[in-house]
Amino acid sequence: MESFTFARAADAREAIALASSRSETRYLGGGTNLVDLMRETIERPRTLIDVTGLANEIAVRGDGAVVIGAAVTNTALAEHRHIRTLYPVLSRAILAGASAQIRNMATVGGNLLQRTRCYYFYDNEAAACNKRAPGSGCDARDGFNRIHAILGASPACVATHPSDMCVALSALDAIVHVDGPNGPRTIPMTDFHRLPEDRPDIETMLETGELITAIELPAAAIARRSTYRKVRDRASYAFALVSVAAAIDVQDGVVADVRLALGGVAHKPWRAHQVERLLVGQPATHAAFRVAAEAELADAVPLRDNAFKIELARRTIAATLADLVP
Amino acid sequence: MRFHINGDIREADVDIRTSLLDLLREHLALPGTKKGCNQGACGACTVLVDGNRINSCLALAVQYEEREITTIEGIGTVDQLDALQAMFVEHDGFQCGYCTPGQICSAIAMAAEAQRGLPSFVTPDLAAQAIRLDHDELRERMSGNLCRCGAYNGIIDAIRATFVEEVA
Ligand SMILES: Cc1cc2nc3c(=O)[nH]c(=O)nc-3n(C[C@H](O)[C@H](O)[C@H](O)COP(=O)(O)OP(=O)(O)OC[C@H]3O[C@@H](n4cnc5c(N)ncnc54)[C@H](O)[C@@H]3O)c2cc1C
Ligand code: SF4
Ligand code: FES
Ligand code: FES
Repeated sequence: MESFTFARAADAREAIALASSRSETRYLGGGTNLVDLMRETIERPRTLIDVTGLANEIAVRGDGAVVIGAAVTNTALAEHRHIRTLYPVLSRAILAGASAQIRNMATVGGNLLQRTRCYYFYDNEAAACNKRAPGSGCDARDGFNRIHAILGASPACVATHPSDMCVALSALDAIVHVDGPNGPRTIPMTDFHRLPEDRPDIETMLETGELITAIELPAAAIARRSTYRKVRDRASYAFALVSVAAAIDVQDGVVADVRLALGGVAHKPWRAHQVERLLVGQPATHAAFRVAAEAELADAVPLRDNAFKIELARRTIAATLADLVP
Repeated sequence: MRFHINGDIREADVDIRTSLLDLLREHLALPGTKKGCNQGACGACTVLVDGNRINSCLALAVQYEEREITTIEGIGTVDQLDALQAMFVEHDGFQCGYCTPGQICSAIAMAAEAQRGLPSFVTPDLAAQAIRLDHDELRERMSGNLCRCGAYNGIIDAIRATFVEEVA
């Protein structure tokens, strides 16, 4: 790890001012990803600004929306009674990720910005990686790519976004609140992460020095009947091969509304617009779910080792929706 | 830097890059906490901060100044084992013992989490008020602690005997 200076910010304005006054700064949440990447010298910040003392609250607004401070820990968010009862998909997605020890350290802001678990990205010594060293190539494309993307990838990068929480946030149409040198703004969660295209090193819509301050969950009655299903190589404590965040509203056997997002398949949480569009107004049957899932995966492109994910994603979509329908 | 560890106040003059784990082991002569993977994946380094379990290997020490840290040295002594430690002995909860300090710290916090109603990924009803610590719940909740010797059955029995039977 290279050395750095450390500062603790008292509030968002101070954190942003500190970040703008120095070069190569990083905000520090629980450190569960950043410290690891610094040890591998993949990240080499000169200054760390501890933001775990800011925005620790979860507030329910008058209009029913929930505003979650960026420094809220993953455990505190999953545990919150309002989230557990009205947005179970979010609680379950968080509880599906990492271990209890890590969820106690990890913050909401840090979870959004955690970096891919592509092995070549982590192999700073020997592997070519456009995300780590732009223009150097991508060893995953023709290498061991069992865990890599099947949707939205580019020749430059086939990595997946590793977060479980973000998949639920995508299905819930969450809004990311940020603040920075040019003032506060909001970014819809579905636009927050980028597809790789020819710049896989640029992963989000954040500008230099911008701080995530909060996540807003719009009031959504549909989220009451929602869940998160994660398929992985072992029963717990592993990243997703494929995951599904889903919410559905069925009236008289017909799908009135549905929200669905996939994890483990793309460079960002994959909002399944095709599934949503095709299912509304259809009978809530396994056959209809299967047809919609097939449409969503129609453009999937398998790599050498991960063709299995296409059928896995179709089945997981259909099974997750079927489980939600009584 | 100033730390509150096992009820004592400890000062240490360490490099800013020092992890909480290295601070404990290398600088404060508290080698009970073990270093396994150093990447958050094994749980050997688990300690309690304000009663919550964390992996001390991924923690920068500087972030934990002024917090209440408890390590295995603060839980029981050779002459006076904590109840859970006694059950580990009784139920053969360890072989080499390397993962044991982390397992013990982790299980103590795990019991407190369940007590206050924190659900896990396998909890059927997330809105339920009370958690029943059955076999599946215990396995899921302790999955952040690996044991290379595979003493899991003894570990689960010891935890059950301490926290589940006591409640029942
Ligand atoms: C062994 C292991 C297994 C894991 N398994 C899973 C899993 O199954 N599923 C899953 O989803 N995750 C998993 N994780 C990842 C874990 O969830 C993330 O490391 C964690 O959410 C990151 O949060 P943090 O607060 O520790 O972030 P940090 O490591 O502190 O920061 C991560 C990034 O976010 C930036 N940042 C932090 N806060 C802010 C802010 N407020 N504004 C702007 N930038 C900010 C930092 O600068 C850094 O770039 C695993 C991690 C480990 C170590
Ligand atoms: S898939 Fe992306 S992250 Fe992995 S090696 Fe290729 S460019 Fe790097
Ligand atoms: S040494 Fe910390 S989790 Fe393995
Ligand atoms: S007893 Fe040896 S690793 Fe668990």
